[in-house]
Amino acid sequence: MRSKVAIQKISKAYGAFIALDDVSLDINPGEFLTLLGPSGSGKTTLLNVLAGFVRPDSGSVTVDGTEFLTLPPHRRNLGMVFQNYALFPHMSVRSNVGYPLRLRGVPKAELDRRAGEALDLVQMGHLADRGVHELSGGQRQRVALARAIVFEPSMLLMDEPLSALDKKLREHMQLELKRLHQRLGTTTVYVTHDQREALTLSDRIALINGGKVVQLGTPDEIYDRPRNKFVADFIGETRFLPVEPGASGPLLYGRALKTRDGAAGRNEKSWLVVRPERLRWRGGDDDGSNRIDAEATDVIYQGDSYLITVRLPDGAEIDLRRSPDMAGGRLPDRGEGIRLWLAPEHTILVTDHA
Amino acid sequence: MTMAIDLKGGAAPATLNERLLKRHDRRERTALSLLTAPGALLILVVLILPIGWLFWLSFFDASGEPTLANYARMLRPVYVKTFISTFQVAGLVTAACVLLGYPVAYLLSQLSERTAGILMIFVILPFWTSVLVRTYAWLVILQRTGLINTWLTGAGIIEEPMPLVHNLLGTVIGMVHVMLPFLILPLYASMRAIDPVLMRAAANCGATPAQAFRQVFLPLSLPGLAAGIGLVFVLCLGFFVTPALLGGGRVAMWAMQIADNIAVYGNWGAASALGVVLLAVTALILVVLRRIFKVDTFGGAR
Repeated sequence: MRSKVAIQKISKAYGAFIALDDVSLDINPGEFLTLLGPSGSGKTTLLNVLAGFVRPDSGSVTVDGTEFLTLPPHRRNLGMVFQNYALFPHMSVRSNVGYPLRLRGVPKAELDRRAGEALDLVQMGHLADRGVHELSGGQRQRVALARAIVFEPSMLLMDEPLSALDKKLREHMQLELKRLHQRLGTTTVYVTHDQREALTLSDRIALINGGKVVQLGTPDEIYDRPRNKFVADFIGETRFLPVEPGASGPLLYGRALKTRDGAAGRNEKSWLVVRPERLRWRGGDDDGSNRIDAEATDVIYQGDSYLITVRLPDGAEIDLRRSPDMAGGRLPDRGEGIRLWLAPEHTILVTDHA
Repeated sequence: MTMAIDLKGGAAPATLNERLLKRHDRRERTALSLLTAPGALLILVVLILPIGWLFWLSFFDASGEPTLANYARMLRPVYVKTFISTFQVAGLVTAACVLLGYPVAYLLSQLSERTAGILMIFVILPFWTSVLVRTYAWLVILQRTGLINTWLTGAGIIEEPMPLVHNLLGTVIGMVHVMLPFLILPLYASMRAIDPVLMRAAANCGATPAQAFRQVFLPLSLPGLAAGIGLVFVLCLGFFVTPALLGGGRVAMWAMQIADNIAVYGNWGAASALGVVLLAVTALILVVLRRIFKVDTFGGAR
């Protein structure tokens, strides 16, 4: 089902610790929204408020216009996938998936049919009669997913569902989740601390820190237009170089910086967002703008590419990749000074506070 | 033929040091199994040999003649009655322990580890006091001129003192007090092992708190409950002190029969036979309990 969710002014404090600080967020029908943030940011608390496991101090959550906060968890009709799957160990795979239907009084024959369909959807149909303890982590994950969608919930909640899987399986499951969402179109709220996972899966990302939504936007908005240094730091492999305000625009170590929004500099101290994949080996104007002086500290052959570690002027190191057959010049030697260039459309300045 | 020998020779590097390593392997295993020797010896001396001796004794009468009379005697009504009454008392005490112990274990399992640890002291505290002392304490509380009867008659609630002790009731009260920790401890351990997130998952699936408890928590706590029930029931079967003191001669227990056979009649053979039967019945109960709960606990959802 495609439900519309309105989260308004939700606050929750545990003693002196403020877990959620006046959070407001609208979730569109059928949207895949990710709550992304470091641990302790409040993202899981917010998910638990939606699920009904945490009662906020104030605020409102409406789903399709109905106030949710006064409903007990078992009457919210939400599917949830827990971090460690939370499958019932005393039930078979089929009974686990059928449990929500059993509670809804679905007749046995229909229950078996629908549980089977849900299991087929996650490619677990052939293991329906197994016990939970006989399954691998990835298989448990799929069963947990089947249990969460079998009763056609109004919304799907996922709490770091892939964090216990190894990298390869995790990436595979991300694609499956995305496909499943495209097929079912259920409004989904997904919690993760993995920025790449968030970028891969989401229609929109709500970046949360200190109990507040720091930035809400599509993956490319979050990546390319970070609102402040925290966002830019959290997303991507980012280094920062200090930028001073100059008379005719921002200056990086005395050199002019042309940014995407024209040369319009800010009047305060800001930071240049340096991401390895945006750095160019050559190019740029003759005036030396947008150039970064750096030093190659390591050049390592890794088969598919060369890994070149480069030390930025502030001493921070950043790893660049070059394909072995790239056209355009020789590899730098170790210790050799190089001049990197950042195209104006990729030149992003951020401040400490939005 | 020569080819085969050559080939064997060619494979020599694969068997390099094979015998040496195998010998070391054997030696290591022998050394490790020797570590269990003191324990095994102790079990042999204090457990296997005495039980074997008991078994041997049970086939001789008081004068040392081999006989089956010791077992035949157990078919007499007085023994059969004792046997049945022993099971009744054990069953009553176990049932009372389950009714009283399950809620306590549940409460403890839902509290923080710290709070539960503090409250657990009150569960374990009786362990540190002698059974004899505790039993006499119950006598003080329950007897005709005891605390309860004095209070109740003094308050005018009852006119005649109630018969609270020297009967089945007093025996059960005293035995439950002694047995409760044996039920609570294994049950608490198994409840602690139930992931609390499972209850959330059940709620999320649409289960009311009562349904979540019945369909998820209760089945998952059954193995611990079975362990507790087995422990309490078996201990009750052989219990002597409390029924002897609080039963007032009205509650006949198997263990008292054994004591009588030795202390009153000096008949070691008869006492041994009773002990052997008690042991056999106990073993049978443990096997049955294990069967039931292994099959049913995890098959309930099928």
